[in-house]
Amino acid sequence: MNKKKGMSLLAKQKAAGWVFLLPATILIFVMSFYPMVQAFIMSLQTGSSANLKWANPITFNYARMFKDQLFKRSVGNTFLYLIIQVPIMLVLAILLAQLLNNKNLKLKGFFRTCVFLPCATSLVSYALIFKSLFATTGLANTVLMNLGLIHENINWLGTPGTARFVIILALIWRWTGYNMVFYLAGLQNIEYSVYEAAHIDGANGWKSFWYITVPLLKPVIVMTFIMSINGTLQLFDESVNLTKGGPANTTITMSHYIYNNSFGQGVANFGYACAMSFFVFILVAILAAINLKVGDTRD
Amino acid sequence: MTDRTAVSAGKSKKNKSAIQRRLIPTYIFLAIVSFFSVFPLYWMITAATNKSLEVAQGKIWFGTNLAENFKNLTGTEPLWTSMGNSFLYAVVQTLLCLFICSLAGYGFELYHDKVKDKLFAVLLLGMMIPQVATMIPLFRMISAGNLLNTVWGFILPTISTPFMIMMFRQNSRNFPIDIMEAARIDGLGEFQIFFRMYMPVMKSTFAAAAVITFMNAWNAYLWPKVVMTRNEAQTMPMLIANLASGYTTDYGVLMLGVLFCSIPTMIIFFVLQKQFAEGITGAVK
Repeated sequence: MNKKKGMSLLAKQKAAGWVFLLPATILIFVMSFYPMVQAFIMSLQTGSSANLKWANPITFNYARMFKDQLFKRSVGNTFLYLIIQVPIMLVLAILLAQLLNNKNLKLKGFFRTCVFLPCATSLVSYALIFKSLFATTGLANTVLMNLGLIHENINWLGTPGTARFVIILALIWRWTGYNMVFYLAGLQNIEYSVYEAAHIDGANGWKSFWYITVPLLKPVIVMTFIMSINGTLQLFDESVNLTKGGPANTTITMSHYIYNNSFGQGVANFGYACAMSFFVFILVAILAAINLKVGDTRD
Repeated sequence: MTDRTAVSAGKSKKNKSAIQRRLIPTYIFLAIVSFFSVFPLYWMITAATNKSLEVAQGKIWFGTNLAENFKNLTGTEPLWTSMGNSFLYAVVQTLLCLFICSLAGYGFELYHDKVKDKLFAVLLLGMMIPQVATMIPLFRMISAGNLLNTVWGFILPTISTPFMIMMFRQNSRNFPIDIMEAARIDGLGEFQIFFRMYMPVMKSTFAAAAVITFMNAWNAYLWPKVVMTRNEAQTMPMLIANLASGYTTDYGVLMLGVLFCSIPTMIIFFVLQKQFAEGITGAVK
């Protein structure tokens, strides 16, 4: 009887499964994989956007990239943010999670909400808030002056060193609570009795932190680490809105420089921008490969 | 008997206050961190009510310039148009993304076989493609399709993401498969099962996914900056970035703009904090 209908019930079910996942799959192929291939092809081309030709030699854009001082600086900046900001932020986040996971602590929900609150602001918003706070006439200078710590206003965003400092500070402010949420979720999977047993055995706060929390949270720590590195490699909103990459491009990030070369400053250098973006892709891919390796051996 | 309980109660009370006393450094540390977390946002709100000069002088209390700031803001920037745009883009994005990705997550988990599992692994590779790498080809595609400055140009690249599919796939594991068999025997079709049984059961996953998708869409900056070339199509983050890009900045007006840009996400944060946290940690279980 089923055969009369052309399709058995089981075949119908199978077909339904494919219908369910097809729209999403097609979209990812068309909107992610295909453009990625396109980007690679374009990275081998030069010329204006309407008139792209094969580069001569074919690796012209890549050769240019490795000679481009500004690109090298953007890579350097991105890695500087990464090396300083990510460890500080993650240690702070895990510490806060550990403190908030204490059964005897009161006002837990209040503290958690406060620390988590920066996540409710958009990246552009918080970049502009920090830009205003650290303006030459901003509140940061006013407070430091009144405390007698400085005697003249610091031009925070006009000096490379302090501008980078403000970016890192802003990043820590925005993302610590975000990462804390992962650790809190991870800590909930650890039985509280484990800590109580350790306490009876004489382990104090720090010991139980190092010998219980950190090892048991290792998978979560690895994941947040990779996510943070991934996010920092693609840093854009903060560089554009906090410092405009300045002063004199000393705080520019890779994504910002690529944007400037494609849509930003009246030059549509699509081929060159694609070559640089392919470099970012390679970095992220290496990261993902490391992630898979570390993830495999986590037990 | 009553004496002994009274004694032990007294002891545990003493114990409790001793525990609380030992926690004092923790309280102090958490209070300091909380202060620094909240203060920039508090300051943003006060600055929105003050004159630019007062902000620069370090005033950190509410002022009386809110109406004036509002007049200047709406006078120079199309505030309501941008708010409307951001709402439209974010709502359409959320509805379609949830529908497409929940269908896919459901299909990958509950109809899974070897081929589908492999396909899913391939899709996950999409997670490592940085936005900046596909930005230029996508811009050319959207532009060739005459979709610049439209809601479709905004949403098409992000209505299907590996992260969301993974989240629904992971959470579908809790969906009781027996129910599906029972429903089939009762004569329900495959799609009816999805709409009538799966969706109600997975309400909490849908809520978490909706919150995180809406937030991401509302806050998006790089991609809208690329595809929204006309002023009438711009989003709120683009508007406030414009406010700050001039030669001189009116801090009162700027912070009022930032406040407007933050109101929807703040409301979501306070009302749906649990779902927001679940959405962030999403597929990680």
